[in-house]
Amino acid sequence: MLSLRGITKTFPGVLANDHVTLEVRSGEVHALLGENGAGKTTLMSILYGIHQPDAGEIRLRGRRVHIRSPRDAIGLGIGMVPQHFLLIRRHTVAENIALGLPGERFVRPARRIEPRVRELGARYGLAVDPRAAIWQLSPSEQQRVEILKALIRGAQALILDEPTSVLTPQEVRGLFDVLRRMKQEGHAVIFISHKLDEVTEIADRVTVLRRGRVVATLPIAETDKRSLARLMVGRDVEFQVRKAPRTPDGDALVADNLVVLSDRGLPALRGISFSVRRGEILGIAGIAGNGQRELVEVITGLRPARSGRVRLLDHEVTNLSARALHEAGVAHIPEDRMLMGIVPAMSVAENLVLKQYRYPPFSRGPVIDRQAIAQFARRMIAEYEIVTPGSDVPARLLSGGNIQKLILSRELSGRPEVIVASHPTAGLDVSATEQIHTVLLQRRQRGAAILLVSEDLDEILALADRIGVLFSGEIVGIVSGAEADRERLGLMMTGQRV
Amino acid sequence: MRRLGPWQIDRDPAPRGWWVLVVSLGAIASAFLAAGALFWAFGIGPARAYSTIFLGTLGDARAAPEVLRQAIPLLLCGVGLVMAFRAQFWNIGAEGQLLAGAVAAAGVALFAPLPAPLVVPAMFAAGFAAGALWGLLPTLLRLKLDVNEVLSTLMMNYIALFFVEWLIHGPWKGQEQRGFAYTDTLPPAAWLPLLPGTRVHWVTLALGLALAGGLAFLLARTKLGFEIRVLGQNPTASRYAGINPLRTTLVAMLISAGAAGLAGVGEVAGIHHRLLAPDQISLGYGYAAIIVAWLARGSPLAAVLTALFLGLIFSSGDVMKVTLQMPFRVTDIFNGLILFFLIGSERLLTYRLRRVPRPAPHATAVSPGPERQTGAGIPEETGVAESK
Repeated sequence: MLSLRGITKTFPGVLANDHVTLEVRSGEVHALLGENGAGKTTLMSILYGIHQPDAGEIRLRGRRVHIRSPRDAIGLGIGMVPQHFLLIRRHTVAENIALGLPGERFVRPARRIEPRVRELGARYGLAVDPRAAIWQLSPSEQQRVEILKALIRGAQALILDEPTSVLTPQEVRGLFDVLRRMKQEGHAVIFISHKLDEVTEIADRVTVLRRGRVVATLPIAETDKRSLARLMVGRDVEFQVRKAPRTPDGDALVADNLVVLSDRGLPALRGISFSVRRGEILGIAGIAGNGQRELVEVITGLRPARSGRVRLLDHEVTNLSARALHEAGVAHIPEDRMLMGIVPAMSVAENLVLKQYRYPPFSRGPVIDRQAIAQFARRMIAEYEIVTPGSDVPARLLSGGNIQKLILSRELSGRPEVIVASHPTAGLDVSATEQIHTVLLQRRQRGAAILLVSEDLDEILALADRIGVLFSGEIVGIVSGAEADRERLGLMMTGQRV
Repeated sequence: MRRLGPWQIDRDPAPRGWWVLVVSLGAIASAFLAAGALFWAFGIGPARAYSTIFLGTLGDARAAPEVLRQAIPLLLCGVGLVMAFRAQFWNIGAEGQLLAGAVAAAGVALFAPLPAPLVVPAMFAAGFAAGALWGLLPTLLRLKLDVNEVLSTLMMNYIALFFVEWLIHGPWKGQEQRGFAYTDTLPPAAWLPLLPGTRVHWVTLALGLALAGGLAFLLARTKLGFEIRVLGQNPTASRYAGINPLRTTLVAMLISAGAAGLAGVGEVAGIHHRLLAPDQISLGYGYAAIIVAWLARGSPLAAVLTALFLGLIFSSGDVMKVTLQMPFRVTDIFNGLILFFLIGSERLLTYRLRRVPRPAPHATAVSPGPERQTGAGIPEETGVAESK
């Protein structure tokens, strides 16, 4: 039905797509599998008219088409559900769907569309109240609105960009039911993912991209997870990082009845208590926005606690400054690498001493010792295998994985007692993820207490010794990592105590 | 991206030094072209106007030092603004801080019973302190109450301006001046020495150069400079790194405003030898210094060159007034045009032009590695303007 042939696209310095050919049939779910940076999103942006290819052609039902803008794409029956939803939060579902739809009346345009929304919702299993405001909806429901938006615009081919990243395991199953129904109705679905389990479950065929090239297109029945992983990464992959057994020592970090407010002044943490022992990883699972950020910030000194206490190795550290906590041995691997973790315009070397610059040997009195900093940078770059043209180039030129390694090496260089890692591998490729997991496990072995906050259940299950689930500012429960299963955690993530 | 014949326009994550220079010079050239239209509207051929201006400034041995003289306050204010801008504090108040420095200098010279050798140092110290004090209020308002500093520093300029007016019409009005609105002439001990045959008060000039060098060192080699750069380039990261935003901004801003105060001392003690009307003390140096700092792109050393350039424009104003019979305020239009084109050209810095042969589309394929690194030579924007 839809075919992209020989698509080539370069960005400055990067060959994002190199003669990519992709055939998608009606009535199939076609998975587009690849690591971050493999060119999946670029390819789909070209199909959706956001970018123009340097070479290659797109054919729809055998006819060559030129897609110059998303408007063209929609006109041709191509829809896209973006990873980050483009919805107006204060408007209702129907209003969001009506927005930009041709031929709507000027006055109360959304009214006429409500029955259509209900009808399509029933047909595809996308139930959502057309009169509800977007901000009242869960991420899963917002995703349904995005899908409905595309369907009402007559999408025959639907692109879903990493659609499961905001969903609980139960919600993923719901989404897959919807996709199966769309398949029966004759739609073509392009499912972008880097999660092998999901791809093998839902897709009919899979195209694997690596470094901008198609390495294979296969029916899913003829392959398995292991060979897909090999195709995706280019070598064999360890699915489970080897976790050595370790008996934790005494408590290193104890939170007692913490109450913390969000930026909007509403309670984000409603009296949570937990402890992390030396030599232990406590994973915090949960859907984004349930208090994770506030939890990380209150422990690292970036946000005050309204009430409650934090103790670090038997010292009261509640509401100490970020600097005091760093000095007390708390390392922080922040959620947003570019915004918080580094100063993109400053050099790699300077970023490596972003917190340590004020201590010897990096400065004496008021003056900074650039030699000492350069020396330290060379050591860190070698030790953590940070790929950079040099220590004096701006840190923004590094890839995501290397920026994360830079942050990791800086945070761990002071031998911290407590490591707070927030989404440490989000958006990183398989090998960088492996490296970071290995480093965290090494630190656990050496007796660090690690608080691992992540939306990636697989990561939490692979690393954590105990898992706490955060929902709506409360810890629903803490379970042992060995006994935890996805099913149970998924239920807890929606606030059910099990 | 977009093609133009054999050329291709790309986004560039790391603009190179020469490209920044080309774009800046292009912006200045465009400003000169636009100003040429202005000359033409006055009935003066642009070519003749520019040649007259050149001959009347750099082309004349007696007029050339005037460029330097005008560059002194521009340098002091400009270097100060570089500091504030590096900390992401948009100080538009150098003009008022300059006037505050001038008032303090005149006050010390007129009223403080000091032994002669101490008068000048005391004037500079008081001028720095007064400028810094004038900058303190907007800084505290911004840090404590989040009041936009662009507005508050700008408003402080008017307060300073009318304060000077009040002084020279009221309490400080001179006895010997027969109704003219200025103070008495300062005692000779308060006069700065001049380079022979010129009006260049070299003490202030030396102070400006020392400040430029000192602040370049401060930014590159000290803990405080590190903190200012982190704060300016990524406030979130500075919080994360445990840098005290209050202290850091305050220090950067006090240096910035104090430097402008020094410029005021220089004008009073070096040129006028009295406190007089604000528009005579400063010909808008505090505002023009914004261009000095902007052109210098964050480098205190580059501000030396850009201050000289703006000094040239101010001296051209004299030529335009005297030789070409145009209003002196044409310099304001000139400055406005330069700033307009500079800010307008800022977008261009994030793009680059590459020659890509048309016929073979595959030839656009470049290996990801080395290409990406070509632009990597400039750790920050500082190295850029120094290459001038």
